[in-house]
Amino acid sequence: MRTLIQPRHRSMLVFLACLALFTIGVTIAAQFGLVSTSFVKTLGKTLCLCLAALAMDLIWGYAGILSLGHMAFFALGGYMIGMWLMYARTAEIVIASLANGGLPATPEEISQGIATQIFGVVGASDLPAVWGFAHSLPLQLLLVVAVPGVLALVFGWLAFRSRVTGVYLSILTQAMTLALALYLFQNDSGLRGNNGLSGLQNIPGMDAVGQDRVSLWFFWASALSLALVYVGLHAIVAGKFGSVIRAIRDDEARVRFLGYSVEGYKLFIFVLTAVITAFAGALYYPQAGIINPAELAPIASIYLAVWVAIGGRGRLYGAVIGAAVVSLLSSWFTGGRVPSVPLGFATINWVDWWQVLLGLTFVSVTLFAPKGIGGVFDRLAGLQSPDRKGAPLGPDDGALQEKEAQQ
Amino acid sequence: MRLFIACFLAVLSVMPLRAETVTEILSANSELVEKASRQTIAPVIDAIAASADPTAATVLAAWAEKGLGLRESDGRFFLISPTEEGFDLTDLTGASAGSAAKTDITQLKPNAGVRGLIATALVQFTLSDHDPAKRQAALASIAQDATAEALAPLRASIAGEQDTVLLARKMRLERLLTLRFDADSAARVSAIEGFGADLGLDLRGALNPILSTTVMAAPKSPSANIARELRVGRDLEPVAAYEILVAAGLAPARLTLDAQRDALKANLTDGMVGGVALADLDNQAARDRAYTVLEQEGKVPVAATDDEAAAALAAYKFFEIYTEADPAVTAAAKAAIDSIGTRVGIMQTADLALDGLSLASIYFLAAIGLAITFGVMGVINMAHGEFITIGAYTGYVVQLYVTDYTASILIALPLAFAVTFACGVAMERLVIRHLYKRPLETLLATFGISIALQQILKNVFGTQARPLTSPAWLDGAWVLNDVVSISYIRIAIFVLALVFLTFFLWLMKRTRLGLEVRAVTQNPTMAASMGINPDRINMLTFGLGSGIAGIAGVAIGLFAKVTSELGTDYIVQSFMTVVVGGVGNIWGTLAGATMIGGLQKVIEFFNPSNTLAAQTYMILFIILFIQFRPRGIIALRGRAAGD
Repeated sequence: MRTLIQPRHRSMLVFLACLALFTIGVTIAAQFGLVSTSFVKTLGKTLCLCLAALAMDLIWGYAGILSLGHMAFFALGGYMIGMWLMYARTAEIVIASLANGGLPATPEEISQGIATQIFGVVGASDLPAVWGFAHSLPLQLLLVVAVPGVLALVFGWLAFRSRVTGVYLSILTQAMTLALALYLFQNDSGLRGNNGLSGLQNIPGMDAVGQDRVSLWFFWASALSLALVYVGLHAIVAGKFGSVIRAIRDDEARVRFLGYSVEGYKLFIFVLTAVITAFAGALYYPQAGIINPAELAPIASIYLAVWVAIGGRGRLYGAVIGAAVVSLLSSWFTGGRVPSVPLGFATINWVDWWQVLLGLTFVSVTLFAPKGIGGVFDRLAGLQSPDRKGAPLGPDDGALQEKEAQQ
Repeated sequence: MRLFIACFLAVLSVMPLRAETVTEILSANSELVEKASRQTIAPVIDAIAASADPTAATVLAAWAEKGLGLRESDGRFFLISPTEEGFDLTDLTGASAGSAAKTDITQLKPNAGVRGLIATALVQFTLSDHDPAKRQAALASIAQDATAEALAPLRASIAGEQDTVLLARKMRLERLLTLRFDADSAARVSAIEGFGADLGLDLRGALNPILSTTVMAAPKSPSANIARELRVGRDLEPVAAYEILVAAGLAPARLTLDAQRDALKANLTDGMVGGVALADLDNQAARDRAYTVLEQEGKVPVAATDDEAAAALAAYKFFEIYTEADPAVTAAAKAAIDSIGTRVGIMQTADLALDGLSLASIYFLAAIGLAITFGVMGVINMAHGEFITIGAYTGYVVQLYVTDYTASILIALPLAFAVTFACGVAMERLVIRHLYKRPLETLLATFGISIALQQILKNVFGTQARPLTSPAWLDGAWVLNDVVSISYIRIAIFVLALVFLTFFLWLMKRTRLGLEVRAVTQNPTMAASMGINPDRINMLTFGLGSGIAGIAGVAIGLFAKVTSELGTDYIVQSFMTVVVGGVGNIWGTLAGATMIGGLQKVIEFFNPSNTLAAQTYMILFIILFIQFRPRGIIALRGRAAGD
């Protein structure tokens, strides 16, 4: 118990308390009908995005690897869970309709019916091999973790092994997500091309339960996952392992000369964050209801970086705050509920100008407040960067300069 | 039967009149002509066409155009033209014959079938028409719709042809018709062989019908022109083979699952069918069992079992039969098609190389600006795509004010450079200058600028595509033969890319600015201590890179849709080009662009229907390529190399 109230754990406890209060508040509000089902879904989705942002913060804010492809893992996780949801749901419908046919359906007829139902839209009638495990929830849940994990492992191993770093790695990860998106856009990729998977909000076997209950369950699950992952990541970054990855961020060569396997650490972080992101995606898409290859567009991953940058990287709570604030503001502004600003000669309609505001805010944050919103908490807590008499905090090009760190 | 007799009589009555004049033929067959129908009129039309009478063509043409009339009083035919009161009459020989009231004249109105016959008969006259345009049109119509009937008139018209171009076309068409329709097998073979390895689409179009095949089943080799025997299982799927047998009535149809289900349902009594309970029918084996019982009881038709199907397949052989009966002709055609195939393959390779080159020059143009900023300053400019878009929109705005397309493009090119140069310099001064030590943050900050710029462009110009029209002299394509062609716009872009390569080399190697840029690239500190102002150099290089993006935008806008997302389509490819090529070296960028453009076209060639797959595989290849050459094809030491 004594270790828990150490100052370095204080931020985690505050965060968990806030999250618990928030969850309880939303639950009560939903019970009394103060917030709509769709808003509960939006909040649940936002928590999943926060989860992804946590992973992004770990790999970028702590390990200094700017991955522009993590939303690919997010979407892959969504696809994996979506396959089971769609398969099981279609199976229910097909069995019900075949039962009206007079004879009990054979297994061949059922699988043929499911295949026709799912793939009629892309002009195919056979179930592709990638759907081989779709009938089983445990197997598909395993794939949620395994597919993005293996992809990250192979990609990361190739990239780190040949010492691809910095902007090269960023562009390479961007190429990875673009390649994956283009692949999934094809109709013969086996995942319904640009139609994607849909109807994911209907949980098989739970027709009797209303969407208002289901959305609340998913909200709780998202909040719980966020809390657990936060605690786990906090344990990682607060310990010795965290010191090593921060050291890699600041001076990779020096860590290597100290005898650490830099590539091993990087690979571990890359795979771990990929798995966390995929898990977040698997929670996100049943709430969103639909997934298609556009979710893997390179821009999505860049937005993930934007959230973390605005929230404040190198602080776990910063990533959560950034993702929550920016994505909620974004849906508020683009939802058309923000009053327009008349300027006399023109009117600023926020649906059109939100992107501009976001882009410029982002540039300003990068220029003037590299610590993002999290920096405000640092200042409140009286945290100061070490005084290095004007020298950079780290010798690497990517390290913060002292002057910037104090802003 | 009556029809047949009428036809027969008509033939008899026309026969003796062969050498006579049109007037005599018409009046001898006036009954037939007046009530002309497709079945009966052919001999009359042929007789007119075959007569030596010089007016035959005029009369036939007039007939088809409802310009032929019959005077009821004396049964004579006239060429008629309608006037207010009635018709002006012209004698068939061309002399005027006064006029007549409408009621006196029966205007002949041939139906579509008869008009078709007349048109065919007229071909020989139009082929010899004194107007070359008409002759050309007649040739085109024969080429489009080749028939055996056209062969004889075409041959007849060759001797009198004066125009050498048309003569060549006639000879070629005559050969094409000969190889398809001539009665003499040797003539057809020699016609086929006479073409050698000609690449024309028309030749391939003429040869392919000769080689068309059908599959038929027979117990032993039939006496037809066999292309090859198909082995069941190797050349032919057993299911497909059995379907051929069923279609030919040589075997009974197999039981489909649907038919089986319906039969079982129909014979359902008291929850049992064929001794199997209804609830147990949830697998195929149980259903088969129940159906067999029903078969034995005689309640359902007997379906072929697997053994019977196999026996039926074994009893028959399957052959691909040429629809063309003459083996000598098909052999010659096959040889010709094969040799053409080889030539076409070579030409396609050439075409592919041209395509790849043109794509490479587009990528080169799009990437060269990025290569400058990335290579010289180590700055990733994510807003590069938006600079390309701005360039294209500049071209669009110029065309709003300057309507002459050639002039507008000539104005747009430097103007786009100026606009994007200014944008680039502004961006460098305001943002990038502060982030030189933090490349990852530069990437993100420029991305912020990119989304802001993109949205501003969308707000200003709307989401729909704006036209950027190329001058008329850039329309069309340079056609080498039926396989190899390249559009003029792509040639122009290739030339533009060459110009930029030259310009860049001159700038870097021959000017003071280039010298200073190279110095700053290699070692900024040392360059500064030599009196070079690195700030100024950075600003100018960034402006230069952005300006070239603007010009690339104008070039790309000429063939792509100008929308606010134009640049985003090229940005990742541009990054790839720079990364693959190697940073800080123009030759590297060139090599990267050539490799990526060429590769993409090659992959597309193997899977032409799927450009998405091509891009996917290309990116995968690049990711793997980076493994082996992490610094690109041409690596450079210095600040840009990051070591």
